[in-house]
Amino acid sequence: MAADKVTIHVMGKAYEVPSDLTIMKAMEYAGYQFIRGCGCRGAFCGACGTVYRTKDDYRLKVGLACQEMVQDEMYLAEIPFFPGNKATYDIEKLKPTSETILKHYPEVFRCLACNACTKACPQDIEVMEYVQAALRGDIAKAADLSFDCLLCGLCASRCPAEIVQYNVALLCRRLYSSKVAPRAEHLAKRVKETKRGKFDKEMAKLKKMKKPQLAKLYAEREIEPA
Amino acid sequence: MYTGKMLESMKRVEATRKERLDQEIPLLSPEARQELLEGFHPDFKDDVFRKIKVGPSRGERAPKEFVDAFEAYSAIDPAKFDLSNVEVDVDVLVVGGGGAGAAAALVADEQGASVLLATKLRLGDSNTVMAQGGIQGADKANDSPAIHYLDVMGGGRYFNDPDLVEALVGDAPEVLSWLEKLGVMFDKTAEGTMVTTHGGGTSRKRMHAARDYTGAEIMKTLKDEVLNREIPVAEFAAVYELLTDGKKVTGAILYNMETEQYMVVRAKTVILATGGSGRLHVMGFPTSNHYGATADGLVLGYRAGAPLTYMDTIQYHPTGAAFPEQILGLLVTEKVRSIGGQITNFDGNRFIYELETRDVEAAALIRECLGRKKGITTPSGQPAVWLDSPIIDAKHGEGTIKARVPAMYRQYERFGIDMSKVPILIYPTQHYQNGGLKIDETGETKVKNLFAAGEVAGGIHGRNRLMGNSLLDVVVFGRRAGAAAAERANGMKKSGKLSLKHLDKFHKELKSARVGKGRIAPVLLPEYRRPETVDHRIDALD
Repeated sequence: MAADKVTIHVMGKAYEVPSDLTIMKAMEYAGYQFIRGCGCRGAFCGACGTVYRTKDDYRLKVGLACQEMVQDEMYLAEIPFFPGNKATYDIEKLKPTSETILKHYPEVFRCLACNACTKACPQDIEVMEYVQAALRGDIAKAADLSFDCLLCGLCASRCPAEIVQYNVALLCRRLYSSKVAPRAEHLAKRVKETKRGKFDKEMAKLKKMKKPQLAKLYAEREIEPA
Repeated sequence: MYTGKMLESMKRVEATRKERLDQEIPLLSPEARQELLEGFHPDFKDDVFRKIKVGPSRGERAPKEFVDAFEAYSAIDPAKFDLSNVEVDVDVLVVGGGGAGAAAALVADEQGASVLLATKLRLGDSNTVMAQGGIQGADKANDSPAIHYLDVMGGGRYFNDPDLVEALVGDAPEVLSWLEKLGVMFDKTAEGTMVTTHGGGTSRKRMHAARDYTGAEIMKTLKDEVLNREIPVAEFAAVYELLTDGKKVTGAILYNMETEQYMVVRAKTVILATGGSGRLHVMGFPTSNHYGATADGLVLGYRAGAPLTYMDTIQYHPTGAAFPEQILGLLVTEKVRSIGGQITNFDGNRFIYELETRDVEAAALIRECLGRKKGITTPSGQPAVWLDSPIIDAKHGEGTIKARVPAMYRQYERFGIDMSKVPILIYPTQHYQNGGLKIDETGETKVKNLFAAGEVAGGIHGRNRLMGNSLLDVVVFGRRAGAAAAERANGMKKSGKLSLKHLDKFHKELKSARVGKGRIAPVLLPEYRRPETVDHRIDALD
């Protein structure tokens, strides 16, 4: 069953492509071999952020080229890179406060609450909400709301205040996880035990075992209930 | 979205859901596992394999697509190539920007070595970023590295290298603690206890997760740390050939993917962390892998003289998306089964315990479709079975799917499929290169000063890897290789001589094995353009 054809405009140039393709596969169909603008092809890496518009509609829409289906008379451009500001820091020395955010990303102060970032997010993240949370020093909320961020950069590309939301979010998640969330005590304990050599003897015994012995132990091992 | 036939079958899945809630299916016996594997796992199909004719592992068998990559010429002519203009001189050259490469660069930098991280695409572009389900580590009271060891060995069918497994499970707590300190947002209770679940083949709940973006979350953190420490990174710089003094590795030729220029790098040590090879599409399988997974490091390490191990075994992830066509081959994380998702056939009946090891699980799915003809065929001809996801919310309460596997929920929602309400169609997809370059527990290959870490290396997982052990592997062996390479470099007074003697020797070997000159490797990028467009390019007209 051959799909219908639609016309897409890649950076203004028209190509006729099957209607059942994603933007990424349609561009390959048209003859593009990606170097930039293509990564995991499964919505995890943020390499293929795309801005598009359809005919007779002034509004800009966004999507990931690997996920978004083509539409007839779609005008599109990938934005595979955005020259956003990235602060450098030693995470261990930072405190999880709004002062830390403002010191490293003072432009967060300029947020106009216009919501352009949220509208530009292909992951449907409440971007403005997490920027506001970061501004208030609610690091946990900023970390939680921004969790699904792919660092594609589309939010920053639309921001009139020139905030680099995704980097602010990354800083918040690292602050939350290393400073706000309680440390896993059972993990710290296990690290100590391992360093002390608590399991060395048992391991040495297992390592010496031949396959039949190991296979017997394996088949008989106790499985923790689900 | 679903066709009439699918909807009819879906009704049967819904009809059996209630009785399946408490249904228990036992693990297969060792004999039944072996029989299933031999009958239906692609590793046991003889006609798709061939023996390698050249290089240090000649005589060993591997899928034809791999052998084609090993029995191939370099685009570089060693007799003509000018190595006199050395543009970069470093202690440690890390090749690859995924989890292993980033971890190696961080540790080598900490040890005071000068580092260049070169990567074919962007820093972070890798299979690491796509690993959803989790990372294993024995950190709970009822667990231990020894219990983890037994799970790894049994899962790998006892082909694993014991020293490498000891390193993997022994370093796991330390690695988790390192990631926690760096600020990876692990799923935790309010008290800080790690939320852990089972994965296929685990005897304890030791799967740690960051929702279902575990690899992405780890990668984002490691990438941020590489940038914070201002470690030099060359993006869109593929390694095109290694350099040696005839025996030891001494550097590499990098290739700028955009300007197409070469750059000669002198390095006291080189760490290959180039990842896997799913984009070679062995046996024509769809893949869950990243765009860049084209076996580059494997090919170059082999040419430089590093032997391979277990290249005749590939992991098929049991649950790749089979429908809709747009996401064919993409992963449906094992976590969906870890939290209670069930697999059923056309009639809505289960036929295998969902958390068997991946090799066994995949073989069972193939048997159900091709052997027993109890699958569903999609309009594009793709066989499939159901993954009953709504049963998760039925078991654990509404909203569980959205909270625990948001990436999966979103992946299907984009196509109008609400996986918390309707089941999804899945089939095994090519997922992981079990084999690779042979390494020791420091990550060094048989070629001196050449290290390998992550998927490019083999032996750790034997003939089958468990879920959650690859994220662990990339960080454990990335760190080990980074530390060992830096220590080696720190102890070396001067860098070695740069030559392509190994390549000259390899080309001669190819010629005497009568391998035609047409085949060039590494390929760097997979070819997905429509064939007609490729044939009409100017450089195809000669």
